[in-house]
Amino acid sequence: MRLTGDNLACSRGGREVFSGLNFSLAGTEALLVTGRNGAGKSSLLRLIAGLLRAAEGRLSLSDGDPEATIAEQAHYLGHQDSLKPALSVAENLRFWGQFLGARRIDAEEPLEAVGLAALGSLPAGYLSAGQRRRLSLARLVAVKRPIWLLDEPTSALDAPAQDQLASLMRGHLESGGMIVAATHGPLGLDSPHELRLGPA
Amino acid sequence: MNAFLAVIARDMRLAVRVGGGALMGALFFLIVVVMVPFAIGPNLGLLARIGPAILWLGALLASLLALDRLFTTDHEDGSLDLLMMGPIPLELAVAAKAIAHWLTTGLPLVLVTPLLAMMLNVELRAMGGLMLTLAAGTPALTFIGLVGAALSVALRRGGLLLAVLVLPLTIPVLIFGVAAANAAITGPAPFGPPFTILCALSLASLVLGPLAAAAALRQGLE
Repeated sequence: MRLTGDNLACSRGGREVFSGLNFSLAGTEALLVTGRNGAGKSSLLRLIAGLLRAAEGRLSLSDGDPEATIAEQAHYLGHQDSLKPALSVAENLRFWGQFLGARRIDAEEPLEAVGLAALGSLPAGYLSAGQRRRLSLARLVAVKRPIWLLDEPTSALDAPAQDQLASLMRGHLESGGMIVAATHGPLGLDSPHELRLGPA
Repeated sequence: MNAFLAVIARDMRLAVRVGGGALMGALFFLIVVVMVPFAIGPNLGLLARIGPAILWLGALLASLLALDRLFTTDHEDGSLDLLMMGPIPLELAVAAKAIAHWLTTGLPLVLVTPLLAMMLNVELRAMGGLMLTLAAGTPALTFIGLVGAALSVALRRGGLLLAVLVLPLTIPVLIFGVAAANAAITGPAPFGPPFTILCALSLASLVLGPLAAAAALRQGLE
């Protein structure tokens, strides 16, 4: 499985964010997208997630599921947590599991993996920013999708949670998945590729 | 199919939880219709004559009430992004949201209609026909409103724009809804023709609404 971006360009509001961008990523590999604020890190992730249209260039995935689009094989963890405050922690997770197409809907195990097992019945409105982040991470564990698109995944996470995230990401890579992460700091991955956007 | 049902279940659950708008529509409907006899006086003949129009206007405004929140909350918390990345087409996800909206705001309107119709001096034997027109017509209101809700999703105060966009499009529904209701209550015009046109409007909007709404959402996120 290989995700390839060929001569990608993206413009937003008439302003060119980036252009002539090339990258290629195989399974078990991670790509760190770095660059200054406004360099287009988030735009690139949204472009891969199918939430933005490329102004130019082509994005392709080889050896994936031919029936599904790239977006349907990708998890997108953006700045927003996609949680409903009125639903409980487990209900939020179960909904996304069911919607995104998990085979079995079991909230216990993913919540355990992000350290929220004790809070399953608490309304999500009472969670702290870091706990909300962990809950959206649980979605990535609950539904298996080969491409993870992570936008600043460590924001609001404390040190133990960042370690947990790092081990989740390593587990995902070992099982053949790929990760594209926009970040300002190290994520605790072994030898990730780096894609630097904007002027150096 | 699983994902489709999951969206309906989630939106219905959200509507009946704290801060949801499930009963607001029905309560608003109630208050609008209750105010009318006070405004025009206790003339029973007049009330019976304009009763169907009042009920339909009330239902129209009540179903608009919760519509502007239909996509904005999902847009604000990022859920809309994920809904676009699901295994079902966005059109279906949008249709599921509309169905949940109708079940939590349209259906209660239909159910409280007999109570309100009594206040407007509608005869008991016409009650079934009246409820039937609202049951057939309110889905059209929801699915036409869906397009407006999708168009105004990214705007801060989209509620008013939504009303301006949607209300003119609901005029055919209003005309045939009131015509069918009048036929059921006072006659002598037959009930069948306006009612079947009302059903046709609902079915057409059921198909076209989600397509247009999904296109609007995709365009809005660019």
